[in-house]
Amino acid sequence: MDIKREPLGPAVDPKNLRVRSLNAHQLLRGGELEGANQPAHLDGEELERYVQERVLTTTLDSAVAWARSNSFFPLAFGLACCAMEQFQTAGPRMDIARFGFEAFRASPRQADLIILAGRVSIKMAPVIRRLYDQMLEPKWAISMGACCSSMGVFNNYALVPADKFMPIDVHVPGCPPRPEALMHGVLKLRDLVQNDPDAGWRERYDAVGTEERP
Amino acid sequence: MSPETPSLSPYRQREQSITLSTLEEPGTTPAGDRTEELLTLNFGPHHPATHGVLRLLVTLQGEIVRDLKPIIGYVHTGIEKTAEEKSYWKVIPVVERMDYLSYYFNAMAYVGAVEALVEVEIPKRAQYLRVIHLELNRIASHLIWLGTGALDLGAVSIFLYCLREREKILDLFEMSSGARMHTRYFQVGGVIEDIPTGFASKLREFIKVMPERADEYGAILNSNEIVLQRLRNTGIVPVETLLGLGVTGPLLRAAGNPWDLRKADPYSSYDDFEFKIPVGEVGDNYDRFACRLAEIYESVKILEQALDGLPEGPHMTEDRKIALPPRHELATSMEALIHHFKLVTEGFRVPPGEIYYPIESPRGELGCFVRSDGSSKPARVHMRDPSFVNLQALAPMAKGSYIADMIAATAMLDPILGGIDR
Amino acid sequence: MPDATGLELLAQDLGDAALETVYFRDRATLVVDPAQIRQVLGTLRGKGFGFLASLHGVDYYPEEPRLGVIYEMLDMSSVDRITVKLRVPVDAPVLDSVTEEWPTANHQEREVYDMFGVVFRGHPDLRRILMPEDYEGHPQRRDFPVGGEPVIFTRDEAKWLEARQ
Repeated sequence: MDIKREPLGPAVDPKNLRVRSLNAHQLLRGGELEGANQPAHLDGEELERYVQERVLTTTLDSAVAWARSNSFFPLAFGLACCAMEQFQTAGPRMDIARFGFEAFRASPRQADLIILAGRVSIKMAPVIRRLYDQMLEPKWAISMGACCSSMGVFNNYALVPADKFMPIDVHVPGCPPRPEALMHGVLKLRDLVQNDPDAGWRERYDAVGTEERP
Repeated sequence: MSPETPSLSPYRQREQSITLSTLEEPGTTPAGDRTEELLTLNFGPHHPATHGVLRLLVTLQGEIVRDLKPIIGYVHTGIEKTAEEKSYWKVIPVVERMDYLSYYFNAMAYVGAVEALVEVEIPKRAQYLRVIHLELNRIASHLIWLGTGALDLGAVSIFLYCLREREKILDLFEMSSGARMHTRYFQVGGVIEDIPTGFASKLREFIKVMPERADEYGAILNSNEIVLQRLRNTGIVPVETLLGLGVTGPLLRAAGNPWDLRKADPYSSYDDFEFKIPVGEVGDNYDRFACRLAEIYESVKILEQALDGLPEGPHMTEDRKIALPPRHELATSMEALIHHFKLVTEGFRVPPGEIYYPIESPRGELGCFVRSDGSSKPARVHMRDPSFVNLQALAPMAKGSYIADMIAATAMLDPILGGIDR
Repeated sequence: MPDATGLELLAQDLGDAALETVYFRDRATLVVDPAQIRQVLGTLRGKGFGFLASLHGVDYYPEEPRLGVIYEMLDMSSVDRITVKLRVPVDAPVLDSVTEEWPTANHQEREVYDMFGVVFRGHPDLRRILMPEDYEGHPQRRDFPVGGEPVIFTRDEAKWLEARQ
């Protein structure tokens, strides 16, 4: 019989979470590591700083971001035809409650997501701006449909694209967008909030100073 | 507790000296004559119960509404102005977005007006297909009305049930035209495409299921004491006032006047079908609710008759000056190619004239006025929207009753702000 | 619709108020003198046309008189419709309001005022209904640009500001 010996596979990947947690465990408790990568043994002040920098802060941020992103409270705000598709998104087939967003609040003070569903006319724009200003930080905005993202089908005197007066995070195209499309937009926002919560949106949209003053 | 001793602070002393007889209200004479002050409250454009962005300036005496002024214009889109810039065929998607719950009706009114101007004959199959889609849209519109109306009254679960049924209807629309809303299915001369296989069977399933579901919704709401108390004997307006205000549709029928354009002045083969018109007796909010609910059953009957009697034939007029030729002809016929080119680039020309074409939409008489000056773009398109005129009836409905009745009246009025503001 | 002869008889009844009759695509239209619109509508009400279905405006640019106001009358008992049309010049667009006898005209006349600039004398509350209250211009007129104000691109900004001065 010919016995052939082969190595099992690539060496232990130091990026593997299990390996890293083992490393961290051994770093904190002391002891020797097996395997190729042996980080410098930290001690005392360096160890404390290492832990502070890496472990605690990041976890809190991402935990908070995770909580925020999975529980948007949309503002019950429908303007025109897109509102009908927004209803359908909250309806039984494309259920927005699966993701935790079914609590449509009527009051802007209690909402953190405004879904602009429909066409924004020049009379309505200051009203929407006021609503947006009344929402508390952190807040996000989704512009649903072609009419508020650009001017949509109507290129005339009466409409304003929403970007002109408020910062928008996600634009969902469509006229009206299918419930699946709106869901995709909301989930994209969820990813945005989870992974990069402080995208510096105030600086990005030059919205510094738009917080409502007491 | 403690008697008035000099050790009490002035605040405490004042507090203990307050009795009901010395209550002073703002706006009263200091002598103590209790007069009440009227409060003007703004039910702003953003309000959970205003069905869109309707703003109401309500003058209240306590909780009783003394005066009501609707302020509109918050979704004014300039549809009529945009329509003047586009060729006749391209106006259809613009006009569809007006009354956004009954989009087929907007298209039907406009297309009917243009067809009357051009004097083109619509094939029978196209007329029946139009009726099928119109009645499906009527049911969809009434379902949303029911859902949001019940939501305003507090019955939240009906909203989700109605959305479930509406999904089935939107599936049917998607089957026939590819889009769920604003489908551009109606074109001048007929409908853009014939219904695919499978549409008929799916529609039959729907016809079977819908009356049972409507029974369920009726049963849920009719046995809900709160809904009944809020709707019965509230918002009564006499028929003469409604006629003076130009109200049509289920609002007028609930007050007893059986005016329905499908029966009175039939268009698009409505006279081939047998259906009844639900008419109310008292004219209160409950009658409006019951009328619209009953209309769902009647629409299902029309659907069944239309589907059973659907004739064979073309789905679009054969007149190549108006309708696009079928694509397979473009490869063989030079004329078809020229027609196609002309229609797509410039559009068809309509002889000069003016016309007003009214149809019966779920909210009342939807009329379309088209003025043509002989070119390929309309010179004026005006949609006479039923909600715009019906909104004037909100003031008599709500005056003299409580705020809650005003909310119920707005719900039963079924305003669609897209149509009101155009 | 009253047929062609019925329309002519109706026009005769109205006397000098009726300027023209048009019978087009089986629909009857009466063109009347703007100063006598209330009497005309009153006479029509006497003939059974008791429902004002629609009141809307048209801009007949460039023909003068430019602004037209159209009243669609409906007779519910005999399912008859008739259109009453009148024309006012754009430099003196004043007309009597019919809101008193026909309450449905309230919002509709406000819309014609907003979109075309026709002033209705005697209207209880004539102000803009669809546009913001302080808007300038009457959008539905044919010489009003679709885009409202011209789009100022960054490269043209200096030129445009200069032109404004």
